[in-house]
Order: sequence, then C-alpha cells, then structure tokens
Amino acid sequence: MSGLIEQERYTCAIGALQSVVAIPRATPILHSGPGCGSMIAGFYERSTGYAGGSTSPCTNFSETEVVFGGVDRLRSIIANTYKILDTDLQVVLTGCTSDIVGDDVGSVVGEFIEQGKPLVFVETAGFKHNNFVAHSNVVNAIIDQYVDLYVDDHLPRSNRRLVNVFASVPYQDPFWKGNLQEYKRLLTALGFEVNVLFGPKSAGIAEWRSIPAANFNILVSPWYGLPIVEHLEQQYGQPFVQFAHVPIGANETTRFLEAVTAFALEQGAPIDEQQVKAYIAKSEYAYYEEIDNLATFLLEFRYGLPQHVHILHDAGYVVGLSKFLLHEVGIIPKEQFIVDNTPDEFQDAIRANLAATSDKREIPVTFDPDAGAAQNVIRNLDDTKRGRGLIIGSGWDKELAKEKDFDFLSASVPSPYRLVLTTNYAGYSGGLRVIEDIYDVVLSTYA
Amino acid sequence: MPKINLDVPAVAVREVRLNTITGFQGTAGELVTAARCGGMPDRSRSFSQCLGCGTAQAACMVTLVQDGAVISHGPVGCSSCLHEFAFTYRVNAPQRGVEKPTQRKIYSTNLNEEDTVFGGNQKLEETIRTVYDRDRPKAIFIITTCASGIIGDDVEGVASDVESEIGIPVVAIFCEGFRSKVWTSGFDAGYHGVARKLLKPPTERRKIINVINFWGSDVFTKWFRRFGYEANFITPYATVDSLAHASEAVASVQACATLGSYLSSALEQEFGVKAIRNAAPHGIPATDRWLRELGELLEQPEVAERIIEEERAEFLPQIEALRAKLTGKTAYVTAGAGHGHSLLAVLSELGMRAQGAGIFHHDPINDNEFEESDALAHFVRDYGDVPNYNVCNKQEFELVNMLNRIQPDILFARHGGMTLWGAKLGIPSLLIGDEHFSMGYEGLVKYGERIVETLENDEFVTNLKAHAINPYTKWWLEQPTFTFLETAS
Repeated sequence: MSGLIEQERYTCAIGALQSVVAIPRATPILHSGPGCGSMIAGFYERSTGYAGGSTSPCTNFSETEVVFGGVDRLRSIIANTYKILDTDLQVVLTGCTSDIVGDDVGSVVGEFIEQGKPLVFVETAGFKHNNFVAHSNVVNAIIDQYVDLYVDDHLPRSNRRLVNVFASVPYQDPFWKGNLQEYKRLLTALGFEVNVLFGPKSAGIAEWRSIPAANFNILVSPWYGLPIVEHLEQQYGQPFVQFAHVPIGANETTRFLEAVTAFALEQGAPIDEQQVKAYIAKSEYAYYEEIDNLATFLLEFRYGLPQHVHILHDAGYVVGLSKFLLHEVGIIPKEQFIVDNTPDEFQDAIRANLAATSDKREIPVTFDPDAGAAQNVIRNLDDTKRGRGLIIGSGWDKELAKEKDFDFLSASVPSPYRLVLTTNYAGYSGGLRVIEDIYDVVLSTYA
Repeated sequence: MPKINLDVPAVAVREVRLNTITGFQGTAGELVTAARCGGMPDRSRSFSQCLGCGTAQAACMVTLVQDGAVISHGPVGCSSCLHEFAFTYRVNAPQRGVEKPTQRKIYSTNLNEEDTVFGGNQKLEETIRTVYDRDRPKAIFIITTCASGIIGDDVEGVASDVESEIGIPVVAIFCEGFRSKVWTSGFDAGYHGVARKLLKPPTERRKIINVINFWGSDVFTKWFRRFGYEANFITPYATVDSLAHASEAVASVQACATLGSYLSSALEQEFGVKAIRNAAPHGIPATDRWLRELGELLEQPEVAERIIEEERAEFLPQIEALRAKLTGKTAYVTAGAGHGHSLLAVLSELGMRAQGAGIFHHDPINDNEFEESDALAHFVRDYGDVPNYNVCNKQEFELVNMLNRIQPDILFARHGGMTLWGAKLGIPSLLIGDEHFSMGYEGLVKYGERIVETLENDEFVTNLKAHAINPYTKWWLEQPTFTFLETAS
C-alpha cells in the first residue's frame, strides 16, 4: 500500500532506533536530519530509555551535508560518542537525507569496527520502509555485524535448552516490556532458558552474543520479525516455531505453550512434558478462578457493558484480542482494522487465522494503514442494534469513541491518553489485565 | 524594498535572514554587545545530539487552526509527532472557549522509494483532493520534509493548481529539516504561508488586537478590555476566517519575539497593523514598558497608567513576600531564545540570581528590526549580566555538564526532556508549559508561588538522584562544558 495515511499508527524506518534503545546500555547514533529523533520521541512518548531521545547522538544534517556529504561529520560524532557516552553497543541508523545524497556510511563505520568498537550500521531511510520492517533489519544487522563476531564462543545450537524469543516490536507494542517479561517467565517455568534481548529482562549484549547458541527460535507475530528468524535459520541452522498472534488469555496462552513444547521436543530440547502439563493446568486453574468469580458481573451487571468491539491495531493484536474477547469475555468482535501495513503475501493467512476464531460468525477485517479511512467506516456504521460498543485502538480513536458514545481502551501507539510501564497483555495474566482495563474504563463512565 | 517578501513561496531561514546563531559561550552582556556590533560568528560542535526541525514547528502553528487540514509531504515518519498537537488542541480548547474541539485532520503523503525516484508530485496532488473530499476543510496546509525537498518536488506548483480546482486556500509551507539549524525557522515558514495565502486586506479597522502565541491561558483579554479591545488569538484556535481578518486589528502583540516577530512584521508591513515593539511583559520593567507602549498605541496612555497603578497596589505586597523567600537562591534557565529571556527576567525580579542559561539559539535582531524587541538587551539593562550564558542548540550533554558543575538551587526549563537532568542531579526543576503564566504582575506572583513550592518539595528529586541512571562518562562530566564547541570560523 503506498497511498496517503491519515492518523498514522506506525512510523518510518528510522523509528527502529527504538529497537536499539530497548537493548540495555545501547545507543542509536542517527545520521539524519535534525528532526528525525524528536519525531520518533514524539510518536512514542516516554521512550527515552538509557540513551534515546535527546541523549542520542545525531549528525543533524544541514545544507552543508546535503551538498557536500555528511561522512566527515559522522566520523567526528561517532568518535566523540565514545568519549561522552558510556554504552555497550552503538548502532548507526541513516535517515532519508543520507540515503538520498549517497553517503558511504559503511566505510566510516568500518574504521571504528577495525578499532574493535561494537559499532553496527543499518540503512533506515524513512522512504524505504516502515518501522515494522526496519525492526528486522536492525536486529539482523546487529546479528551480522556484532553477534557473529563472537560465534566461536557460542557455537550454533550448542545449548539445547536455550531459546530466542522474537515477539513485540519494542515501543511499537506499548506492552513490549511486560509481554517479553511474561514470555520469559512462562517459558522459564516450562524449563527453558530464554533470551528476550530487549528490555529490563534482557542481560544486554552478553545475551545478544549467545543468540547462536539457542536450540531454536520462537516468533510470536503474524509477519513482522519473520526475516529475523529466517535469517537465523540460514545463518546458524536454527529452526523456528511461529505463533501468529499475541496469545492473550488462557486458551491462546495454553496453545502457545503447547506449540512451543511440541516443537522443542522435536528439536531434542530437554523439556519434561509432564512438567509442562502440570504448569499449564495450574495456570489455567488460577485463571479460571478469576473468570469464575467475574462471570456473575459479566452476566448480570444491569447498567450496561460493551457487547461488541472494533479493534484498530497491528495484525497480531487484532487477531489475539478478537479470539480472547469472544471466547473468554463474551464481547463480540465486529468490523476489525489492521493498520500495520501488512504486506499482501501475509494477508490471507491472517484472514484465515481470524476466521478460525469462530465457526459461527464472520469477523470482517480490513487491511489499511490509512486509519482515518477506518475511522470513517466505523463512524458511518449503523450500530444501533448492536448494543453498547467498545473501541480498542490508539489515542487517535478516543475522539471517535466519544462521537459514537462507545467505551474506549487505549492499547496501541500513539497513546497520549494512557501510561504503560511494565504491563503485559500476553499470557494468562495478560488476559486478566485486559479484562481489568476494559471494565475499568467502562465502570469509570458511571457517576 | 520591503523586508518581508510575500511574493516568493519560501522565506529564508533565520541564519540567512537574521544572522541567527546556535553556538556561543560567554555572558549575556557580551552576547548583546556582539550582536549589536554585528560581529557574531556562529560556532559549531564536533559532537551533537538529536535536535528538532522546522517541519514540527510549522505544523505546530497550522495544526491548531480550527477548520484546516495538514498534509505532511514526506515519508510517514516526518509527521510522527503531530498527534501531540491533536492532544494539545483537545486539552486546551476550553481555555480558548472552543467548546466542541473537532478532530485534527493530519495526513502524510507517505512517500516511498519509488517516489524518491519518480517524484511525489502526483501523490501530493491526489492527497490534496482526497483530503478535500474527506474533510471539506476551509484550508489545506502542506508542510515539506527533507525527502520532498531534496528530490525537488514542485510543491508550490501542485498547491496552486489544486487550489484553483477546489477553491480553498492550499498553502505550501517550506520547512525541510535540513534547511536550518534553528528549528524556529519552521515558525516563520508556517507564518509565511499563512501571510501569503490566508491574510486578506482589511475592509475596516476593528477593535481587536492580534495575539501571536501558542495555546497558553488568556491573560490578555482582561488588559485589552480596559482599553475597549478584544484579543484575536493566532494561529492556534484561530479559524481560516479569523486569520483573514487579522489584518483589521489595530495592533499585534506576541507571546515571545522568537515566535511572533515574522508574522507581526508581515502584518505591519502589508496591512499597517502596528506591532508592539517591546518584549513580552515578563518582570516589572518589561510589563510596564509593554503596557505603556500599548497605551500609547491605542492613544489611551492614562488607561495603561491606571492598570499599572492598580496591579502594583494589588500584587506588589505579594511580590515582596515572595522576594523575601527567594532572594539569594540560584537558578539556571534552559529554553528557547524568547521565553528563556522571559524566564530570566521573572526569576531575577523575584530576587533570585541566574547562575547561567542554556538558550537554544540567538537572534541578533528580529524581523521588525526594533532594538526595543531585544529582550536580552533589556534584561541586561534591567537586572545585570548573566554568567555562563550558553547558546546551546538544545544539546543535552552540555546542559548535564553545566548543571553538574554549577549545581543551582533550581532549574527552569521550557522544552521537554530538559528537566529530567536537573531532577537526576537532585536539582528541583520546574517546567511550566503555559508561556503566559508568568506575564504581568499577577504572573510574577503565580510563578513565584510555583517556585517556592518546587524548592520546598524536593523529596522526589532527592530520591531520584540517589537512584539516577547516568549514560554520561565520568570523563565527560569532568571536562570543560564547551570542549566540543569549535572555534568560530
């Protein structure tokens, strides 16, 4: 899709600088125009991390660099970054200006790599990709230009218990910290050692270096991140298992854990199936204890609860939330909108996955990053016979929900009306948290 | 020849137009003297951090026009932060009497690689038509980006063509980020577009005074009504129609000269709307000068004197009480040029001592070329010099180094991200987003009370300091602050 976008829900390739910010003690170095960094900071908000935001070095392209090239300036900025900032990994990301004028960034970066600096370079001109795509490019660049230097210390597939998890795109998924933490907690309980690579539960570059040693990779995503696990398969012979949506609540989390376990056993991982079964049973019991207790409220609350939902989100969340809300909460998914610019070749599989949610009903879904168009569809729907509605989307959708007199839950970026720190939506506990969040906004409309 | 040329599509950037600089180390007095003598070469840095660019500033002035729509002509990333203006618009609407704030209409042409090869003109053209069909705005603003600028799209040509087809103003605003190191050039670019396409010649003189500002609280109406005038706020919360009639005002005032002087100069040059020359009313001397100039201009000097007299009677005792609490306290200010000077005046008026300032840029003179508008010169005359006056281009590494060195009692900041470093160093830090908050006598009281509270309530910063994460090297914190500021060429 290359048309206009109203109300953007993702950003351009250089937005993947946040994937660097998400690595403990790493810093992006921008070889870009002066505003790129602050645009990204403004999009995600509260996303500075260790050395992002106004801490990140940037060449701040001016007319001089556009006319004469910016490599000399880049060299000086990189050299001085080592004096001024205390970081473990530096990733140079280029902007439109650098790519259009054709700066030879690779050779400048090469000079520092020769000196043994942990420096990586990736092209992230905004006109080339969006940040969903660039996230994979950044991760693959770090694997090729940094991780691979240490492969002799971490021979491919040398640790049968170790897995790498590629799931949330950091910051683009507002729940990335919590979700990665939850995947790690769940998989550790099953007996795995887990690399999550980003966020507070990652051990930083030491963990990145151990990527080749993992037995296999886990991808939780319908399409973004796929080039990473494909690349690792080629590079280190690691197979991968894909779970195509965010596992929210008991049904999908159990399916996710069972799928990973089955795959692990095929790969000869030392995982005890009985231990897995016992853990799942215990987790489900605890989960349904809560749902059991809540069911009376869901069935009997007489002042009005949302009966149907429209979700505007990336494909992983639209599918994951639809499945969860229908089966575990009783809210009916109506028209859904996938706004992540899903490439055409993945759309059929996503439609099929969503269709498999229920054999009793069809859930209409539209793929279009032009979320303004999606809003107009919702705006013009005759919802009068559908009962109270809920919109799950980004801050852009709050005004629409107000117009429609629907409930509104902010769960995607940009999200100026909501603070998320380490909350997770993935997992058993994530499902319970979604329930808390929905009925918190619903109940707050009373009195 | 007129200074402001509305016949050309783009206004020159500040470096070219005003000799604006982004690097200086010295005292405020030295900077004022150098600027007056014309000898003020810029200094660049051999290390730099993410800045900000003109496109966001241009967007900030047009996104909040009530019945307009905005198209960013570039890759999708170039409009990423504009949702923040949608938030601002909604949140501050009640302050401006907009009871039902409408959804902001913000678009990206979403340029891709193919467009950088074949050009984005057609995409822009189609986008303008779609926006018109979808929203029926009263005007469409197009803000340009580095990509559209370098590939050489004919934005002005496309805008003019579609404008004649759809019959509403289609305003091309040239604000590519790489054009200027001074991001406030983006304000001028936005205003240039507004002045060219939206201002209409006056058919009458009305009893209104333009207030060129952001979205702060309305402190002006209570003053203007004493003279029998109403405030016409531009450009946030203005309508395309109210902007057209800005030419019918008798005068223009501005929240700060950095922001407003291009548009106020255009209004004066083209339509005879007198611009208030004196710097904004921050601190007692500036407030008195500003009110008196307004009184002269409206030919009611006695009203100005009465306001001053009344405000003195009401607020001076409270100001004195605040001075008693604050005298001798030290402060550091980091902000853009105009408002930074205002903050310096406010804290000095309250008896505090400025130990230094990190001001993002410096304009030796404004577009109106009035020396009375030089807030920093006024400041030095009114309150004395400021040591450690650094034109810093929002470079955090220099700020951290300086704050760590001088450890003021309080940090005043105007822009996001800066207070964090005061707090991490255990320095009580205050950012007040409303730039009108500290205006006039009453503003001194309100601001002074916030300062007292901030100084008193230091538990949070004390705790944060004890646990602060610091990415800066020990080496850097021990170096002279201006180590990476290169010698003027």
